[in-house]
Amino acid sequence: MTIKAVALISGGLDSLLAARLIQQQGVVVEGINFFTGFCVEGHTHAIRNRDRKREKRNNALWVAEQLGIKLHIIDIIEEYKDIVINPKHGYGANLNPCLDCKIFMVHKAHEWLEQHDFDFIITGEVIGQRPKSQRKRLMPVVASESGAEDLLLRPLCARNLPPTRPELEGWIEREQLLDFSGRSRKPQMALAARFGFEGYAQPAGGCCFLTDQSYSVKLQDMWDNRGHREYELDDIMLLKVGRHIRPSKAFKLIIAREEGETRFLSGYKRQFQTIKTVSHAGPLALVEGEQLDPRQLQLACAITARFSQGRDAESVELRFSDREKDSRNLQVKPLRAEQINPEWVIA
Amino acid sequence: MSDIVEVDARRLLCPMPVIRLQDCINRQPAGASVRITCTDPGTMNDIPAWCRINGHSVISSDQRQQEFIFVVRKNGDGER
Ligand code: SF4
Repeated sequence: MTIKAVALISGGLDSLLAARLIQQQGVVVEGINFFTGFCVEGHTHAIRNRDRKREKRNNALWVAEQLGIKLHIIDIIEEYKDIVINPKHGYGANLNPCLDCKIFMVHKAHEWLEQHDFDFIITGEVIGQRPKSQRKRLMPVVASESGAEDLLLRPLCARNLPPTRPELEGWIEREQLLDFSGRSRKPQMALAARFGFEGYAQPAGGCCFLTDQSYSVKLQDMWDNRGHREYELDDIMLLKVGRHIRPSKAFKLIIAREEGETRFLSGYKRQFQTIKTVSHAGPLALVEGEQLDPRQLQLACAITARFSQGRDAESVELRFSDREKDSRNLQVKPLRAEQINPEWVIA
Repeated sequence: MSDIVEVDARRLLCPMPVIRLQDCINRQPAGASVRITCTDPGTMNDIPAWCRINGHSVISSDQRQQEFIFVVRKNGDGER
């Protein structure tokens, strides 16, 4: 009888090791990777110029290739909104709903398992590795609330937890599983060396933008200003890019910090009012909010000019376009650094 | 040979183009060809990687100005 396991593959080292441990026991493993819209993967390195030099790879695909397994990438953008907006177990240090997120992902993996006739689920979780979602007392919460129950196996710390069905049924041997715990990464690195894995990703913090403080501040500001928490994929993508400045309740500027970001923001010209310096090299700015009145437009241009090569000039010419329909040129005097109210700067 | 199925993944950033390709391939019979047009340079790496992992073949890959165009043939299980 062939035993089949589905592994949650985040692209980090832990899920790579967990899957390899189970493969070694003769189990057929396939990977599943969820795209929430907040993932650090992909988007960011595609946007920023300075990141272009780095090797562009999707870490989950890379991990799957190392393991020689199939990988199913699943778009959960829509369903995930409810996790971010109403996390039953609350947020972590920032707007990261890690525990609800884990429960949801394991739940989706369990659904997948039933549809595809797989036998159990594996994750790279390690007790105590992350402050909130990987505490020992919360491990059973993930198993039960996800519906996976005893079909959820964490190979890296299984020996510190009660035996699961794959162990009890003899599908795998418990003795060959591990007993990692705590925040140290050394045991994982030693195991990676033993397996001969090199060049794996070393994520700082969590696996998504919601663990990032400055990202969370921008998301909260967006929610506060809209008076509701609904969002679209474009909204959360734009929070990953540029300088965000809100000079009034009525509008926010998203100002590119470099060429790659200008290129990325250009893709939104049809949906937004935009400002671009003409007389000097400078960034593209998107205006998010109401139709600007003449005073607001002057201010928005003076701020944008501040971030151009013409920042010290007497006058800078900019082009304002309204969703690529109307456009006109304006002359402004750039704001001086001290004229930018720090309270306007979101991040 | 069956007609080529087209997937437009322009303006989408990785991994969305890969997801679009995967979902389209999953609906096709073995032997079908899919042409996907992308603008994210990350697809130059990700689409061939996804095909290698899942056992499908990249028949051609082209770059035209800012667009990356791949033709992928779906292989059945066992043709890996
Ligand atoms: S860091 Fe993000 S993706 Fe990872 S568990 Fe937390 S909320 Fe989920």
